Amino acid sequence: MSNKVKDHLHPIIEIENVHKSFNQLEVLKGINLQVYPGEVVALIGSSGSGKSTLLRCLNGLETLSSGRITIDGTELNYSPRSIQQIRREVGMVFQQFNLFPHFTVLQNIIEAPMQALRKSKAEAVEKAIVLLERVGLKDKKDVYPRKLSGGQQQRVAIARAMAMNPKIMLFDEPTSALDPELVSEVLNVMKGLAEEGMTMLIVTHEMKFAREVADRVIYMCDGIIEEQGAPAQLFSNPTSNRLKSFLKNVI
Amino acid sequence: MLDFSLVTEYIPFLLKASIMTLEISILSLVLGLIMGIIIVIMKISKFKILSLFADFYIWVLRGTPLLVQLFLVYFGLPQIGIELDPFTASVLALGINAGAYIAEILRGGILSIPKGQMEAAQSLGLSYPTIMRRIILPQALRVSIPAIGNESITLLKDSSLASLVTVSELMMTSQRFASTNYAFIEFYITAAILYLVMTTIFSFFLKKIEFKLSISER
Repeated sequence: MSNKVKDHLHPIIEIENVHKSFNQLEVLKGINLQVYPGEVVALIGSSGSGKSTLLRCLNGLETLSSGRITIDGTELNYSPRSIQQIRREVGMVFQQFNLFPHFTVLQNIIEAPMQALRKSKAEAVEKAIVLLERVGLKDKKDVYPRKLSGGQQQRVAIARAMAMNPKIMLFDEPTSALDPELVSEVLNVMKGLAEEGMTMLIVTHEMKFAREVADRVIYMCDGIIEEQGAPAQLFSNPTSNRLKSFLKNVI
Repeated sequence: MLDFSLVTEYIPFLLKASIMTLEISILSLVLGLIMGIIIVIMKISKFKILSLFADFYIWVLRGTPLLVQLFLVYFGLPQIGIELDPFTASVLALGINAGAYIAEILRGGILSIPKGQMEAAQSLGLSYPTIMRRIILPQALRVSIPAIGNESITLLKDSSLASLVTVSELMMTSQRFASTNYAFIEFYITAAILYLVMTTIFSFFLKKIEFKLSISER
């Protein structure tokens, strides 16, 4: 565990024996994981290993087949009201950005604070401008998403999630749909969030980024956590054979 | 011989009747849109009873002649104590009927919206009604505008059925003048031209709306 995280802290995310099947196919085969406040966790593994599914379970986009997830002391159940409450505290950024195309950049960001948190427009806009400044896109506030590059869209998507003041941010392969030259602008924004102490779970194929920014790296394979540890140790001294061959192939 | 000069003195009446046709068409289009949205929301609802009702509505209204539906509303309802004037009955029948078609159009529109839109909206903690109202339906409506345009032109032409329940719209009026003057070709061609003008105006406005919406996202 990282030096940022003190032992007496309670985990902000507790995942206990989580199983998830799609019809006959078991994608998660008993996941146990605790994430502490301020921790940055990178989930790596080949596609189909279950890492995206695990992430999607954390904000109820997938329902569990069995097991338990507790977020900040509240157990995830699937009544609409309680799941909405959890989602307001857990931001998510998607591979495909998923900005709302009929809204401008600014409208994309203020929508949820106004509709879900009942913030006034002035308040929501003020916060949105601050966030846009942070991701370096203040001058794009009145532009529609399709006018933006992938990297810019993803930065807006991060700002949109941050507008809800989440305690946790989930990133589902945030740079996988980007042209290579646009990856770093998104990773830099994420790095900034990590440095400010945001709790982050990141499904990624960017090993360099995981090594640099994560406090802990988790290697998933066939629906289980095969190995985990601090990045330096995990990348330099992998113990499991599967992780060894995975790393050989990706680095 | 054909004598179109005969028509000229009736032009003011025909124009007035055309306005009536437009009124019926526009009101029933509005009703059709409202019904269409209500039915499609029921149709995609997770409550089985609602989606079954929507299926039933679409099945019956698409599967029976509009004229039968209109007669049921105008001649049938009084039998159970509901009397409607011809105009209201026509708007009601046309609108309820159009609702079935528009619901199907909108369903196609909703299905065409990428799943990621729903997921992104959910992950922001928005409620289902808010997601439908603010995120999904506005996008689905945009996608559906060309098809709704077709439907509205069909509606305008179908409004001629109102002549059969004594609404003095364009068809009814033309019919009356045609037979009193024994000048069917003249009056029906004039009626056809007036319908054509109205459908053309409709298409023109629809193009405009379509263009405006596409610009706003550019």
